[in-house]
Amino acid sequence: MAQGHAGELEAERNDVRDDGRRPPRAVVGSHRIEEEMFGRAFDKNIVKRIWAFVKPYRAKVYVAVAAVLIFTATQLVIPLIIRYAIDHGMALGGIDLLPLFIACGAFLLAILINYAASYTQETVVGKVAENVLFDIRRAMFGHLQRVSLSFMDKTEVGRLMSRLQGDVNSMQEFLETCVLSVGDIALLFGIVVVMLWLDFRLGLLTLSVLPVLFIVRLFWLPRARNAFMAAHETNSVANGALAEAIHGVRAVQSMDRQQVNFVLYDDKAHANLKTHLTAARYAQVMVPIVDTLTGIAMAVVIVVGGSMVVNASLDIGVMVAFLFYIQRFFDPIRSLTLQYSVMQRAMASGKRLTDVLDVKVDVQDKPDAKVLSPDMDGSVEFKDVTFGYNPKHPVLKNVSFRVNPGETVALVGPTGSGKSSAMALVHRFYDVQQGQVLVGGHDVRDLTQESLGRQIAMVLQEPFLFTGTVFENIRYHMTDATREQVIEAAKAVGAHDFIMTLAGGYDAMLEERGGNLSLGQRQLISFARALVADAKILVLDEATANIDSYTEMLIQKALVKLLEGRTGLVIAHRLATIRGADRIIVLQNGQLIETGNHDQLMARGGLYSKLYNLNYASFDDIPEEELQASAQSGSTT
Amino acid sequence: MSSEAIGSATKPRDALAHVNAASWGKGLNILARITRMNFRHPWQVTFAIGSTIIAATLQLSIPQLLGRAVDQAQSVFAGGAAGAVAEQALWTSALLLLAVSTLRGLFTMSQNYFAEAVGHHIGYELRLACYEKIQRLSFSFHDQVHSGDLITIGMLDLEGVRMYFSTGLVRAVLLFMLIGIGAYLLLSTDLVLGLLALSFVPFVAWRSSVTQLTLRATWLDLQERLSVLSRVMEENLGGIRVVRAFASQAYEMLKFDRASKNALDLAHERVNIRVRNTSAMTFSFFFSMGLVLLFGGRKVMAGEISVGTLATFLTFMTILQMPVRQIGLMVNSFARASTCGSRLFGLLDMEVAIKDAPDAKPLEIENGTLRFEDVSFAYPMAAERPILRNVSFEARKGETIGIVGPPGSGKSTIAHLIPRFYDVTGGRITLDGQDIRDVTLGSLRKAVAVVQQDAFLFTTTIENNIAYGDPWAHEQRIERASGYAQLHNYVLGLPAGYKTVVGERGVSLSGGQRQRLTIARTMMLRPSVIIFDDSTAAIDAATEQRIRSAMRQFAKDRVTIIIAHRLSSLMHADQILFVENGEIVERGTHEDLLAKGGRYKALYDLQVRPGDEVLNEYGEAG
Ligand SMILES: Nc1ncnc2c1ncn2[C@@H]1O[C@H](COP(=O)(O)OP(=O)(O)OP(=O)(O)O)[C@@H](O)[C@H]1O
Ligand SMILES: Nc1ncnc2c1ncn2[C@@H]1O[C@H](COP(=O)(O)OP(=O)(O)OP(=O)(O)O)[C@@H](O)[C@H]1O
Ligand SMILES: [Mg+2]
Ligand SMILES: [Mg+2]
Repeated sequence: MAQGHAGELEAERNDVRDDGRRPPRAVVGSHRIEEEMFGRAFDKNIVKRIWAFVKPYRAKVYVAVAAVLIFTATQLVIPLIIRYAIDHGMALGGIDLLPLFIACGAFLLAILINYAASYTQETVVGKVAENVLFDIRRAMFGHLQRVSLSFMDKTEVGRLMSRLQGDVNSMQEFLETCVLSVGDIALLFGIVVVMLWLDFRLGLLTLSVLPVLFIVRLFWLPRARNAFMAAHETNSVANGALAEAIHGVRAVQSMDRQQVNFVLYDDKAHANLKTHLTAARYAQVMVPIVDTLTGIAMAVVIVVGGSMVVNASLDIGVMVAFLFYIQRFFDPIRSLTLQYSVMQRAMASGKRLTDVLDVKVDVQDKPDAKVLSPDMDGSVEFKDVTFGYNPKHPVLKNVSFRVNPGETVALVGPTGSGKSSAMALVHRFYDVQQGQVLVGGHDVRDLTQESLGRQIAMVLQEPFLFTGTVFENIRYHMTDATREQVIEAAKAVGAHDFIMTLAGGYDAMLEERGGNLSLGQRQLISFARALVADAKILVLDEATANIDSYTEMLIQKALVKLLEGRTGLVIAHRLATIRGADRIIVLQNGQLIETGNHDQLMARGGLYSKLYNLNYASFDDIPEEELQASAQSGSTT
Repeated sequence: MSSEAIGSATKPRDALAHVNAASWGKGLNILARITRMNFRHPWQVTFAIGSTIIAATLQLSIPQLLGRAVDQAQSVFAGGAAGAVAEQALWTSALLLLAVSTLRGLFTMSQNYFAEAVGHHIGYELRLACYEKIQRLSFSFHDQVHSGDLITIGMLDLEGVRMYFSTGLVRAVLLFMLIGIGAYLLLSTDLVLGLLALSFVPFVAWRSSVTQLTLRATWLDLQERLSVLSRVMEENLGGIRVVRAFASQAYEMLKFDRASKNALDLAHERVNIRVRNTSAMTFSFFFSMGLVLLFGGRKVMAGEISVGTLATFLTFMTILQMPVRQIGLMVNSFARASTCGSRLFGLLDMEVAIKDAPDAKPLEIENGTLRFEDVSFAYPMAAERPILRNVSFEARKGETIGIVGPPGSGKSTIAHLIPRFYDVTGGRITLDGQDIRDVTLGSLRKAVAVVQQDAFLFTTTIENNIAYGDPWAHEQRIERASGYAQLHNYVLGLPAGYKTVVGERGVSLSGGQRQRLTIARTMMLRPSVIIFDDSTAAIDAATEQRIRSAMRQFAKDRVTIIIAHRLSSLMHADQILFVENGEIVERGTHEDLLAKGGRYKALYDLQVRPGDEVLNEYGEAG
């Protein structure tokens, strides 16, 4: 992967414009190129997977196919009826109206059947396709709720969203197309058969244009497909860049990148324009060809058929029917080639969907997983835990510690030392590579994730709020929590006062990700959310990092009662935060290097005491050598 | 109007000019505006419409030719004229037909191509305009508009406007030609039969328009419901850690199902509306065809018309079938263009709240003195709630200002006012005596850099992220900045080094690494004022010390503002401001404030003096 990016980056460098306006390192939009747009038109495995989603509706699909065949049959019959009427019911000066009436009666019947069939087919297919679309989306969404976080870490939300929207939609298109194709193929065969049946020689002659069309299409298709693919791709690239501009607009403005980005975006938009024009050219070039072939076929019927009529070897009605068929004849061919690329696109989408559906759920409940009872003691224990996001680069190495029931233990250590990762393991966001994590005396891998999650409440390092009211955000999934409980939690974390100043109080709507609150306020709300969850173990990952010590102290006091009998795991860089902890664990580079209470650690004079002293050392207290050393360690090359 | 905001931008390929020129007057209706935009490409429009007219005419002559050929064949058959003459007549018809077909094909191609080309050019211009506008609209706008809605405007609504020319205007010309002339020809050939043949037209045209308008209305509704659904999905995926942390997958599925069902129900209803309509239309078409057959047949028998004429009628009907159905699509296209257009132009015409004053000059920095003079502020969307009140302070070059205060007291807001992310509502902010509202925005933002509290990282390499504000920078400079921020060693340890892709909100970096990346990115700029908004909260004290010492040099010739909760981050500042409820309640150096024994001293004690006695002391007091 890294290889690919590096390669791309080089390419961009070489693309520096002569006038030097193109910045070497600037890109807009995602770095990665969209995956394959078109797959093979038919891929058995993928079709099988998709079929699994259609299967529940298969009775309906059969009905739809039957309806489509009936529909096609009526379409074929109508010109025949007209032919019958012309040949048998319209003798000049004739008086026998019966044949004409028969013809018209048959016609009426045919169109009634046609009506019923088209109604059935379109309704059934339309609804089934919608259902399948929603089913696939639900399956994917459900799956994403279970896949391991390491997959989610690597995958952009935008990318997943395009799976859940774009790709799923092209599946819907695919299903509708499939049924239509059946009709089109039937129509094509029907027309050929009927034409040959009406008059074999004339039929054969007329059909002789077909191979020409096929050959032309054969040449046209791969080129056209490339053009369509390019158009599709530039489109998603441009849209991706737009999405990035929207999400990152604050960063863009604060670094004044608008001009540069605009120039870069213009390139993408312009490429989009160009590829679309090319694609349009390819799409349209077939029009005169098909029309000319239609013209030739009609000319053949007129000249050959006409002279046959003159020689009385052909009914005039047959000639009219032929002319009718010819006009209908190219439609299915045209739509079949279109459907072909729809299918290819659908296969590619299907592939991407199955890729998501197949992402392995690494972290999974064992078949005999136990339910962690709410009465468990709340102890947490790490036994020789080794863990790395990439197994080759462990971020925690042989870490062992135990948090007794009701204890509050603090994790400290330099940034990137693995504190947040350790907390993620308690919750079993990831599985350890070696050792064991025990909660309430059980290995977390023996517990159901659901019951484990219920007993652990986390305040994550990064507060995330949902669009909705303050109340809904604090209550979150505890839908039976009362307003009083919510308010109590908010009061405990000192959020109540500011919530009351919002227009609407607890019912004030939060903007996207809580953008109309200050970061500290967001953190308080996410803190309150953890309190409402009412769990045995509370994990606070920098829960008060963006909150002043005074407010923090008030929270701590308020929490004393709330947290009685609960186990606490606290991460903080501001060491004053954790002074109340029963025990402090110091991590460095993924290793546990010290443990003990504040006084013991201070007495030891290790990393903790150093960090602690720095915490309130003023800038000028640091010895010059240390500054030198640190400046170097930061910028060694 | 949008022009002044866009005016300062480079105008690649002059595309924006077209959009702007067309955006006069709000009162004029949207379709006229789109049409005008289309006519900015006069040649292509002329070709498209010219070809349409010719193609339609040619198409209309095909049934006539066919009918003639049938008649020729039959009359020869019936009348028994000389074979050679008949053959010749047939050949002429056939060749004529071939020529007409080919020409029609060519003109249809040109019609479609140029119609699409106009659309794509409009699309290109609008894309640029949209992008430009979105980039320029100020923070207060983005605070209020959900990003999903902007994406909808920039993608779906833009499509609607783009398609207007080919699916609306050109189709209108085509349909007018085909239906109008077709009807005239039919009626003039045989009034009764013509009326019968056309009897389906009004019904179908009416039904199809009504249906399309209904579908249109439900489409908007569906869009609304789908956007709820996608918000549920997007927030779920974006906040997946919260979802997992609270084991609330079941709850999230419930939310999803509710939104999904809502959308699905409507989608089903739309299928019903659509199908009911198309089936009825096809039926009515065939029904008039049956009538033509019945009455036409009798006329043929009565010798009033020839079989060829009947064939002409029937062929005409097949030709008319499509355009008549398309009336609905055309109506839809107009409706779509006007709703989409109103939203799109609503965005493009949006007043940019923060922009250069008409006579703005570039900022000139000599001493680099920053002054807040009695600044008051309230966020535009909650104007009744003052956030800052009479904030005044001054900082000279080389000085450091520290700001502390409880959450929501207005610290970040102060930081946001200096680069004019928002405009003050009272008082003024000056840099070297120049009111920041009187200088150009570009020069101001170059002079003021903010390390934001909640930083957004771009999905690209670490290198590109660091160089975001200075994409021309030399590699060494990038490494130096990253060294200052104490990130260099970490990056070297990564398998792909500086080419490692980080992204979204930087999930695969630890909190402190992300903050250091943001610091490095800001160090690349060469500002006169640099603001650290709580940007070392997730960094341990030792690393922070190293960053600070590395920055010593950097801080010498600029104003540094540090917002922090850890007092060691700012106790060395030349002046410390304690902000509470939007007011500066204490100010002075660390020593002054300690001596004063107020709010600041309380913080200090809480952080420095361990033990319960402080807790109790202040706990009682608070
Ligand atoms: N975009 C916004 N729209 C409306 N109100 C806002 C917006 N941003 C912040 N506020 C409100 O303005 C007040 C001050 O917010 P600000 O972000 O300046 O606080 P702060 O001092 O930086 O707090 P923290 O320490 O939590 O970062 C808060 O009450 C907040 O709710
Ligand atoms: N989701 C992830 N995928 C891959 N690597 C990760 C991921 N999260 C963290 N890391 C890496 O693992 C290491 C430990 O990160 P962790 O978040 O546990 O640090 P931390 O101690 O919490 O640091 P901080 O104090 O900065 O938050 C870091 O080097 C980080 O880059
Ligand atoms: Mg962390
Ligand atoms: Mg803030």
